Amino acid sequence: MAAGVATWLPFARAAAVGWLPLAQQPLPPAPGVKASRGDEVLVVNVSGRRFETWKNTLDRYPDTLLGSSEKEFFYDADSGEYFFDRDPDMFRHVLNFYRTGRLHCPRQECIQAFDEELAFYGLVPELVGDCCLEEYRDRKKENAERLAEDEEAEQAGDGPALPAGSSLRQRLWRAFENPHTSTAALVFYYVTGFFIAVSVIANVVETIPCRGPARRPPREQPCGDRFPLAFFCMDTACVLIFTGEYLLRLFAAPSRCRFLRSVMSLIDVVAILPYYIGLFVPKNEDVSGAFVTLRVFRVFRIFKFSRHSQGLRILGYTLKSCASELGFLLFSLTMAIIIFATVMFYAEKGTNKTNFTSIPAAFWYTIVTMTTLGYGDMVPSTIAGKIFGSICSLSGVLVIALPVPVIVSNFSRIYHQNQRADKRRAQQKVRLARIRLAKSGTTNAFLQYKQNGGLEDSSSVDEQALCIRNRSAFEQQHHHLLHCLEKTTCHEFTDELTFSEAVGADSLGGRTSRSTSVSSQPAGPGSLLSSCCPRRAKRRAIRLANSTASVSRGSMQELDTLAGLRRSPAPQSRSSLNAKPHDCLDLNCDSRDFVAAIISIPTPPANTPDESQPSSPGDGGGASSTLRNSSLGTPCLLPETVKISSLLPPDF
Amino acid sequence: MNEKMADVMVKVFIQIKPRRQTQDSVEDELEMATVRHRPEALELLEAQSKFTKKELQILYRGFKNECPSGVVNEETFKEIYSQFFPQGDSTTYAHFLFNAFDTDHNGAVSFEDFIKGLSILLRGTVQEKLNWAFNLYDINKDGYITKEEMLDIMKAIYDMMGKCTYPVLKEDAPRQHVETFFQKMDKNKDGVVTIDEFIESCQKDENIMRSMQLFENVI
Repeated sequence: MAAGVATWLPFARAAAVGWLPLAQQPLPPAPGVKASRGDEVLVVNVSGRRFETWKNTLDRYPDTLLGSSEKEFFYDADSGEYFFDRDPDMFRHVLNFYRTGRLHCPRQECIQAFDEELAFYGLVPELVGDCCLEEYRDRKKENAERLAEDEEAEQAGDGPALPAGSSLRQRLWRAFENPHTSTAALVFYYVTGFFIAVSVIANVVETIPCRGPARRPPREQPCGDRFPLAFFCMDTACVLIFTGEYLLRLFAAPSRCRFLRSVMSLIDVVAILPYYIGLFVPKNEDVSGAFVTLRVFRVFRIFKFSRHSQGLRILGYTLKSCASELGFLLFSLTMAIIIFATVMFYAEKGTNKTNFTSIPAAFWYTIVTMTTLGYGDMVPSTIAGKIFGSICSLSGVLVIALPVPVIVSNFSRIYHQNQRADKRRAQQKVRLARIRLAKSGTTNAFLQYKQNGGLEDSSSVDEQALCIRNRSAFEQQHHHLLHCLEKTTCHEFTDELTFSEAVGADSLGGRTSRSTSVSSQPAGPGSLLSSCCPRRAKRRAIRLANSTASVSRGSMQELDTLAGLRRSPAPQSRSSLNAKPHDCLDLNCDSRDFVAAIISIPTPPANTPDESQPSSPGDGGGASSTLRNSSLGTPCLLPETVKISSLLPPDF
Repeated sequence: MNEKMADVMVKVFIQIKPRRQTQDSVEDELEMATVRHRPEALELLEAQSKFTKKELQILYRGFKNECPSGVVNEETFKEIYSQFFPQGDSTTYAHFLFNAFDTDHNGAVSFEDFIKGLSILLRGTVQEKLNWAFNLYDINKDGYITKEEMLDIMKAIYDMMGKCTYPVLKEDAPRQHVETFFQKMDKNKDGVVTIDEFIESCQKDENIMRSMQLFENVI
């Protein structure tokens, strides 16, 4: 429960006096409060530094070490204080959490040490307050990443172990993705890298002019035309290797469609396609122009290096994420260019032999001037043109210089923001889940408490289950409050499952009071069933209208309760009985074994009218049709309510 | 020299208009910032209520920790109350409860109101408790509980149970409950319950009398 709710519980219970005149059934007695404790000051000694606080402060969070009975393990009777052999500086933050309800993260401490302290004192990291939460998470993430990097570096030699029966495909794919895993993959990696470089260099070199051997026509032709065969062979070799690599990757890819759509495979395709197109296209003059254009695409081979370089990939991702800012820059530049080009064109229109033949022609001048390049191939000659030209170059500096830092800072902001948004979404989910869990935890705790027979009036404390006795005072009182509400309204709290069953049963009409189901605890080791009827009545054989299986946690629950944990109970099914009091079974309830059995007794037809409305206690003997299950055989309870349950006595 | 020029330029080019704050708004702001309420002295409270000094101390420490400003407003009240009844919707009932505690109707429950209420509920005589309950049910505080008022209260209480109840909550359960209540309490069958009828009928009912003792040891 949230902070300080414990403080308000007495008030909520006092306000329950308002229900008293309305209650149709007598309200249950209040839980006995053991020796009225006034508030006392506890001394907590942490490695020699003494902290003193009210007991009530610590009791605010009963799920933690200091708030529960777990601290009794650390009690030193000789000195009358609780001694913890832990870091006193960290303890200060823990104690402040109890006082203020907010857990702050110390700035100068190691985050790992802080985590360990939290774990020791039973505080979950989600309790860190909003003011410190972001920093806490950031530091934790940094730490985790650093550890992961170290681990990766260690493992680099070994590589992840492949399952024994991995197919050739999987081995091949792994070799492609992590070249460090085997020597063959490494060799392949370097070979392809080498050939990419060779191919790119060949493309570049083939355009360099080489001197022809014969001096007579001192023609200079590009090397590509002088040694066509050599270059052709080199190109073929490279393309063969690239094609082979592409096909192998295609074969090894776990998801071919995804691979085909990925950027790298597109680059691969674009890199090798021109060669094949060139092979199949006949060498005539019409298409050779287009063919030459295709050769341009060979330069895309250089992008294949991005598989080999992490930095290139990051750059690509950066540009992609900064696209809107870049778009803005482009847009504002375009606006400025158009404005100035128009102005310059009209300013220079009058001059003859001017370079500014049209507005698009003036674009070139504007761009060159705004970026302060100033080639000088186009210059204004009129005075107005020169004035506007100077304005253009001045504003160019501004227009370009301004957005660039904005883009840079935007980029870093966006990058971090993205990460933060994901973090926040995850945190939000965790927070909602925690709230839901807390809510359901409270409800479930109450339902569990009911099943454990906590609602029954037991004459002696010993007969109550250990798990009931060991609930904190807060829980006891809260459950009593909820019980009072139930009695006031003559309805009971149930869980979703039972409710939906009951609704479904109602809609069936007729024999509506049936709900048979066998419930078992999903994960509990040895789910136990025992329930018993606490009321003595005349034995009547098969008058059991329904059977119920209820699971009592038994020893498991005790341990859990003692440790202060809360678990959601197994879905319980309840059935309403339509037997009158004298139909109640007289069952022997002395056995306290937790013998486990799950009973499912077939439902006999109900021939007494279904009493779904509880009758007022004034009728005395009216049957309230609810079933209660308790884990131990405690003798009977409130006289008006009828409890029938199925039990497994030896002679049944 | 440069700074002076910059100053001048700033003043010339950028007009800074002073914000004109009215007297009232300034005072309002101050008041909102320092809503703090100090309760009366411990001895005075001890005399006025039936708690001992120690009990008052414990109560105040808890109260002050939760509400450092010294008062609880209705929103906080509803939030607190809903923590105890997670399954249902307790806002309506919390609203009625708030009105019952806020005896001077100033929209906030101070520590004195708190103690006054608790003193009656936990340490008061049966008469006082019944009086308090009557006050709770009488929404418009006119001295009569009508069927509509009772129905509102009843619906609020049933809302707290939530959806998942056993047996399934029927639509007219609150109404029926109100009918039962009126049958029991309304002696002269005039459709309203006065304070005397209420106290008289409650005193005749054993169950109610017995359960009045229930919450004695809450503190």
